[in-house]
Amino acid sequence: MASITVNVNEEPHVVDVEPRTLLVELLREHLRLTGTHVGCDTSQCGACTVWVDGKAVKSCAMLAVEADGASVTTIEGLAKNGQVHPMQAAFHSCHGLQCGFCTPGMVMTATELVQRNPSPSEDDVRHGLEGNLCRCTGYHNIVKAVLTAAETIRSGQASQEGGAR
Amino acid sequence: MIENGLGAAVVRREDRRFLLGKGRYVDDIELPHQSYAVFVRSPYAHAAIRSINAKPALAAPGVLAVLTGAEVAADDLGGIPCGWTITNKDGSKMVAPPHPALAQGKVRHAGDPVAMVVAKTKAQAKDAAQLVEIDYDPLPAVAHLNTAVASGAPLVWDEAPGNVCFDWHLGDQAATDAAFAKAARVVTIELTNNRIAPNAIEPRAANGHYDDVSDHYTLYTTSQNPHLIRLLMGAFTLKVPEHKLRIVAPDVGGGFGSKIFHYAEELLVLWASKKVGRPVKWTCERTEAFLSDAHGRDHVTHAELALSADGKFLGLRERTLANMGAYLSTFAPAIPTYLHSTLLSGPYDIPAIYAEVKAIFTNTVPVDAVRGAGRPETTYLVERLVEKAAREMGIDQVEIRRKNFIQPNQFPYQTAVALQYDIGDYEPTLDMALKAIDRDHFAERKAESEKRGKLRGFGISTYIEACGIAPSALVGALGAGAGLYEAATIRVHPTGSVTVFTGTHSHGQGHETTFAQLVVEKLGVPYESIEIVHGDTDRIPFGMGTYGSRSAAVGGSAIYKAMDKIIEKGRKIAAHLLEASVADVEFKDGKYRVAGTDREKSFAEVAFTAYVPHNYPIETTEPGLEDSAFYDPKNFTFPAGCHCVEVEIDPETGVVEVVDVAIADDVGVIINPMIVDGQAHGGLAQGIGQALLEEAVYDSEGQLASGSYMSYCMPRAADLPMFKVGNHVTACTHNPVGVKGVGEVGAIGVPPAIINAVIDALAPLGITHIDMPATPEKVWKAIQAAQGGHA
Repeated sequence: MASITVNVNEEPHVVDVEPRTLLVELLREHLRLTGTHVGCDTSQCGACTVWVDGKAVKSCAMLAVEADGASVTTIEGLAKNGQVHPMQAAFHSCHGLQCGFCTPGMVMTATELVQRNPSPSEDDVRHGLEGNLCRCTGYHNIVKAVLTAAETIRSGQASQEGGAR
Repeated sequence: MIENGLGAAVVRREDRRFLLGKGRYVDDIELPHQSYAVFVRSPYAHAAIRSINAKPALAAPGVLAVLTGAEVAADDLGGIPCGWTITNKDGSKMVAPPHPALAQGKVRHAGDPVAMVVAKTKAQAKDAAQLVEIDYDPLPAVAHLNTAVASGAPLVWDEAPGNVCFDWHLGDQAATDAAFAKAARVVTIELTNNRIAPNAIEPRAANGHYDDVSDHYTLYTTSQNPHLIRLLMGAFTLKVPEHKLRIVAPDVGGGFGSKIFHYAEELLVLWASKKVGRPVKWTCERTEAFLSDAHGRDHVTHAELALSADGKFLGLRERTLANMGAYLSTFAPAIPTYLHSTLLSGPYDIPAIYAEVKAIFTNTVPVDAVRGAGRPETTYLVERLVEKAAREMGIDQVEIRRKNFIQPNQFPYQTAVALQYDIGDYEPTLDMALKAIDRDHFAERKAESEKRGKLRGFGISTYIEACGIAPSALVGALGAGAGLYEAATIRVHPTGSVTVFTGTHSHGQGHETTFAQLVVEKLGVPYESIEIVHGDTDRIPFGMGTYGSRSAAVGGSAIYKAMDKIIEKGRKIAAHLLEASVADVEFKDGKYRVAGTDREKSFAEVAFTAYVPHNYPIETTEPGLEDSAFYDPKNFTFPAGCHCVEVEIDPETGVVEVVDVAIADDVGVIINPMIVDGQAHGGLAQGIGQALLEEAVYDSEGQLASGSYMSYCMPRAADLPMFKVGNHVTACTHNPVGVKGVGEVGAIGVPPAIINAVIDALAPLGITHIDMPATPEKVWKAIQAAQGGHA
């Protein structure tokens, strides 16, 4: 057993884990944050995507002990003060989810993608989501949602800058 | 349109929990004293089990039990049943071999479960599973249809000579032969319909809990039809009466058919729970899912179309081999028969049709319904044949279809293969799709592609499908072991809010939203005061579940029927309150009103009176406002439409890019256009996946070569374009909502359009045939061979 300290959704946790424990197992089984899902065993589907120190990471491909000292954000930590993130809002308004199983990973990947590239093209979004599989939506409305959220975030930032002037 | 009623694009109420990470899927459920199961599965496609030594595993830390076929037999657990019996051409019944929950004596496919290890932690169960010693005696195996039917092929089942499960036919052979005899032209095709794996992104899971105090069993399982699972477990496998058995299918992460069936694992976790005295949870891993979820398709077909000199269809013949896998899954025999050959007329007037289907056992995972189930195979066969006929006869792809469509004045139309289409109107969807894809300017786009060294092709498919499964008496006559009605209960609460209990199950379809829209439409109560409950046999009286695009057509109709009963009872109460005769009280927009007056009572007032019956017609009417209905459909529904595709092929690499997809469907009355479009999008992705990317490949030894996402190519966002989706509505004539079903249209309509487009692009090179999936390797080789190179 190894003792690790992880900050998850801005709450510090000290946890004893087996060295073989995956980050996704730490989140789901030890911390009971079951919003992060497991859809495959080869790091292909992306349902387990979370942020580690702000970067989108497949939590099935990282050991919990590697997250010692890191800050992890899961889907449960994306909404702030009861306000959903614009990406969550856009997935809702664009019908970017059906069964909901790939959704947490998809939203975490997409949100980080838009942080890196605030004005993505449709092609950028499609390639940016390459590591996340969805079997329900045909990606059509997911791509629309990501483009919509990017625009919302841009216009929000523009109006904030406008207001500061 | 009523706000949030029929036809409104209401955003989904189920989204919030999923977007916040608060969904509750089976693997999310942890019960007190939870234990974990891992299955030991056969590495061989076919082998005799000489011995099993469980002792080393039993001695491992945390292990609670190691169970095998011997314990299954000792406890008299029933075999996994097949719910459909096909009658052979000669009147005898199909071969239905046993399917023990854990292998007994022999294993018959790679992945066949042999032992179950239960331990206190998942890691302990996994570790101990490695210690179960199984001594196998490998036997020769068959994985592919053509080798399984070859003379001297190894037998999967001794009782099935030639590996034939059934040898079935449909249609009038003599009339069809006569049609071919007088034909000016006969076009033939040999094709395969590639085997696919369903791949809902949530792997299957089951958590079983036996409570020895109440002697009750509770199973949380990833199911599309919890009541059907309870029925099968109660009657056949666990053999526990239904009142002691609760099946819960909570949030389920996609099904696509694969979660219809009763699987051994869900039986075994409940059985093991009683043995170890703790809840037992099993969660499938993806690689394990490839080896244990029922696969789809896998046909080899020879088909012929007889035409007159001017391109009228005179007759159609099909000879198909359909792979059943090693065991018969729940609905397996119905898929290549009554869900397949019955659709051979497509949207066309074809006077004579004859189909012969042989179902074949192989040493592979069972094959059963996957999104479309039998109908994609039909549409692919018919639409490839039509494309080939048009090409060979020099008739335009669109005109040959127009010329042969069943005309609006021919409905109801009796096909030559048993079905009677109630209604349809095919030209408008054809025109809509052609316009959306701008076919008129295709030649210019093709020329532009050529300038860039690319080959561009246009492909079309006009399809029909049968949904809304199904009239019980009819399916019973065809071999079904169950009725296929649907049930609903409406509970109106004293203050007028409404809970609907539906026997269908939503695992992505958005029933919590769309069914609430039905209630808004009919009862006129506010959307916010309606709740839809599904997925728990202790809460919902009964149901048959969700598959075959049946939920709105059959489940929605049951809800309508139950609401009719509520409205009628309310009318009596309202008449009493309004001091009017019942016949004079009309119900509209949530109000009971004396006809021709402004005297009215709201639905909520009537509901309150029903529960506080102080001023009440108590002599004739019981208090309370709750009713149930079972709706048995009168016919199938027949969604139809046109799917058009443009592809661009890079001849240097063989890569096929789908550059445009435009579809127009008639799915009947639309409850929620946003959700209908979303269903079409998802089906298209699966159809394009089957046409270009996906294949469950077995090697000759029966090993699944594409058994993970590293080797099985799932469609990704960058593989697909935006989809242009249109609708033209003819209302279903025989259900009260007028809906037909939309869940499968994409998977059914688009694969032949894709392949027809690929052929169109490659035709200038002399290429006339390519089998799905049209992978870069296959396309490149075809180009090389056509150009006289060495592929």
